[in-house]
Amino acid sequence: MNTKNKHIVSRSKNIITNIDWLLVLLFVLFVITGWLNIYSAILNSEHLSVFDVSQKYGKQLMLIVTSLVLIFITLMLDGKFYERFSSVIYVISILSLVGLFIFGKEVAGATSWYGIGSFSLQPSEFAKFATALAIAKYLSMPNINLKKVKDQFIAFAIILLPAIIIIPQPDPGSALVYAAFLFVMYREGLNGHYIFLGFLTATLFILSIIVDYKIIIGITTVFLILYAIYRNKKSKSISHLAYYFGYIVFFLTIADYVYDNVLEDRHRNRLEVLLGIKHDPSGVGYNQHQSMVAIGSGGLIGKGFLQGTQTKGDFVPEQSTDFIFCTVGEEWGFFGSSLFVILFAAFIARILYKSEQQKLKFSRIYGYSVAMIFFFHFAINIAMVIGIAPVIGIPLPFYSYGGSSLWGFTVLLFVFIRLDSENHSVL
Amino acid sequence: MDRKFLAFVLLFSLTLTFIVRLFFLQIINDSYKFESEKNARQKIIQYPNRGYVYDRNNVLLVTNQPAYDLMILPRNVKDIDTAEFCRLIDITKESYIKRIKKAKSYSWRKPSIFVRELSKENFAFFQEKMFKFPGFFIQKKSLRKYPINSSPNVLGYVSEVSTWILKHDKTGHYKMGDQIGFAGIEKSYEEELRGRAGVKYFVVDVHNRIQGSYHEGMYDTIPTNGKDITSTIDINLQLLGERLMSNKRGGIVAIDPQSGEILASISAPGYDPNLLVGRKRSRNYSKLLDSVGKPLYDRGLLAQYPPGSPFKVVNALVALQEGVITTESKYTCHHGFHWGSLWVRCHCGQFSKPHDLHSAILRSCNNYFSRTYKASIDHYKTSEEGFKVWSDHVKSFGLGKFLNNDLPTGRKGLVPSVEMYDKQYGKGRWKPTYNISNAIGQGEILVTPIQLANMTAAIANHGYYYTPHIVKKINNIDINNSDFTKKRFTTIDKKHFQPVIDGMVAVFESERGTARASRVPGIILAGKTGTAQNPHGQDHSIFIAFGPVDNPKIAIAVFVENGYWGSRWAAPIATLMIEKYLKGEISRKKLEERIVNGSLLDEYQKQAHSESK
Repeated sequence: MNTKNKHIVSRSKNIITNIDWLLVLLFVLFVITGWLNIYSAILNSEHLSVFDVSQKYGKQLMLIVTSLVLIFITLMLDGKFYERFSSVIYVISILSLVGLFIFGKEVAGATSWYGIGSFSLQPSEFAKFATALAIAKYLSMPNINLKKVKDQFIAFAIILLPAIIIIPQPDPGSALVYAAFLFVMYREGLNGHYIFLGFLTATLFILSIIVDYKIIIGITTVFLILYAIYRNKKSKSISHLAYYFGYIVFFLTIADYVYDNVLEDRHRNRLEVLLGIKHDPSGVGYNQHQSMVAIGSGGLIGKGFLQGTQTKGDFVPEQSTDFIFCTVGEEWGFFGSSLFVILFAAFIARILYKSEQQKLKFSRIYGYSVAMIFFFHFAINIAMVIGIAPVIGIPLPFYSYGGSSLWGFTVLLFVFIRLDSENHSVL
Repeated sequence: MDRKFLAFVLLFSLTLTFIVRLFFLQIINDSYKFESEKNARQKIIQYPNRGYVYDRNNVLLVTNQPAYDLMILPRNVKDIDTAEFCRLIDITKESYIKRIKKAKSYSWRKPSIFVRELSKENFAFFQEKMFKFPGFFIQKKSLRKYPINSSPNVLGYVSEVSTWILKHDKTGHYKMGDQIGFAGIEKSYEEELRGRAGVKYFVVDVHNRIQGSYHEGMYDTIPTNGKDITSTIDINLQLLGERLMSNKRGGIVAIDPQSGEILASISAPGYDPNLLVGRKRSRNYSKLLDSVGKPLYDRGLLAQYPPGSPFKVVNALVALQEGVITTESKYTCHHGFHWGSLWVRCHCGQFSKPHDLHSAILRSCNNYFSRTYKASIDHYKTSEEGFKVWSDHVKSFGLGKFLNNDLPTGRKGLVPSVEMYDKQYGKGRWKPTYNISNAIGQGEILVTPIQLANMTAAIANHGYYYTPHIVKKINNIDINNSDFTKKRFTTIDKKHFQPVIDGMVAVFESERGTARASRVPGIILAGKTGTAQNPHGQDHSIFIAFGPVDNPKIAIAVFVENGYWGSRWAAPIATLMIEKYLKGEISRKKLEERIVNGSLLDEYQKQAHSESK
């Protein structure tokens, strides 16, 4: 046995003792229960082998096995590697997104995939990982200060570049996830106004669909004037008020334009159904309505594994992908679905907690990014399935069927686990 | 606040929101639950019984019979013994495969009809073995049944609603598979007859066996049966009319002048209403549609014929009303009416001594009525003015316009207008002699049998009629429709009718009356024969009559297509029917037999032959 081998053995022992087993355990739990749900959602009357690759559950099982290989590789690589190569990985990722415009394969109206034989790869699922590395690298550089406009600008550019490439594929759902990095930047010292502005934007956008934007401008004007009159004399926020007001007027004017001219009919319809402007359970609102029926039918304890009746057949389209959570709701009831929600929240909380403990700024920011990406997927996907957000097609991590997302999230998570395992050795 | 905590706070509140929402969806709100239990629940539509139809003497004309559709729900279909299945319901394997394919392409999760209307035997066999065939079930429905083979034109028929109707039905009453009335009473009284379907839910197990009612019937709705209809038709009279019209074409309408109730409405040739029931309907329908006699065409309501001589009666009344003649006015017939080069021939046979009104009617003198028509119009300064007055009088008898009754079809007929002649000859450039045919019911004027019967009723009533209608009672309560109880007066004074009716009585009673051979022993009738020229072939045989004269109970109009002349077919038919209605039976058995056996088929064949040349 030569020294090189010895080194690997000692390092892997090192990893085994230092990785966060709680996160790994949760990961394993999600992957296994996720696969069982896919199996149940797809399964029809003909009982086929679980390894049947022609069925989605068979394929997913293969993908899970291959992701074990990814985990192994990810854990073997040194933490320094990720920091050093983050820019390279980011550039490759951007190139792979741009390449879609030339080599991409169109699936269901979106050109988000590379087709390699019968296999498709969705680069946007890996771009999140690459962006997390890049932003962590940039923000951890010693002379970067997010109070400075120039640094803010570069940080925003890193985040927005992939999002802007993804939007016209079109895949606005995946692009929306990049808003997660806004929270990361806030954690690293970005002014809270940006977060506020983000919320304001979302609220205003929805309001502007329901009522005429001129009315909103009118109402906000009245409020701001009242506030300006009765405000605390000591407060110096009058200039902020002016900024906000300017922003609202500007935003609403372009929002109106975007809504009418940039969004497609299907997006408009989804928003309008959700906001109650349209009632259409068999048309646009069909997926969501069926999904709520399925979840509602679960009751307290659910119908039991493989016993779901709503989620079988073709009641809920996209059953195994974006709407997988309704199988959980139907077969495992309120107990099962709320347990899942709690466990997933715990999983995110654990990543957040672990990130805060990182001694290296790079690791902390990366971990924080990972947590916020999971948070956004979790929030948007579940909210959509239980009918409190419009239908935005993004997967539920580890649960939704699909190779690219499974691999993307696995790599995302295990890079953090690897970084975390080195935390104790940092002086 | 420390920046670290924002993410934790957001995560916590999001989780809480999700759990509250899930609690609401899964525990509190169970409106989603009913929808989701679809698979453990079978919805059986309880079709209502469509209302029955009776004749005026409560003889059942239309009833219902059960039928059983074999339904399929593709997503519940498991591996079954196809051979046994096919044997039970009498279909071939190929047909089975085809039907499965069709059902699956229609919907995977919505039931559809697999085999329409199983025979009683197949239904009985299948029902016993049904548990072996998950995904299949029986849906009971109700079809029409006609115990008496008669009156298809009056009764109409029902059929499944078409997709077109489903799309255009604003009330939302109809669902796929519902029945709807087409034609006749079924159509015009659809809303009363149809009732409302109910729904029953059952709990079924995986083998599709019914386990009991779902939630104790909480979601069930009870079907409301349709209302029964009592028609004004006298089925015995109707049957007689149909028999008399055998091997002839034409229309008969009989009306009770004292109420406007339609006693009989016959269109010949007819057909068995049972042909248009159930799954054989569409095949039979197209057969009937292609049939040369056009049995689906209701001649009683739709065929527009020139009224011929019976129309002279109206011309007499108009002339009396306008004062251009009196009952004593006389015109001598010179073998017809001569005006310049115009010669309207006449075969009245009385050329030596002049006609008064009475003899003109009983011998149907063309000259007399041509002169009175011309006089009625020339009575005014211009032809236009005179003609306008004349046509208004004529229209007051319900001619040339819709009767607005409770029958789903009808025709306006035609009473020519001033504008029509202005267009033809130029304004002010025509005279009554240009359209002298109107005097004798030829020319442009057209009427339907029901209009002619209604006109007869108006004469019988000395100047008014009730809108003819086909329904007497709904659920045994008189319809009491003011449209049908209102007297509609003609523009002719009451006093002018008696002399005209006397002439019509003489048509039967006088030695030289044109319908003397058709007298009914013991009853005094009034009538008028007619022979209408017809460009397509032999003249039509026409007759109107009512009786008894002093208290009219029935007014009738008979058209027999290509029946040569009025007294040959139409008069015997009309009087046989009146006799049957008034006396309950026919004394003139020989005449009845002759008419029933008489056939005009040769005539129709000849005509078809000459037309095809």
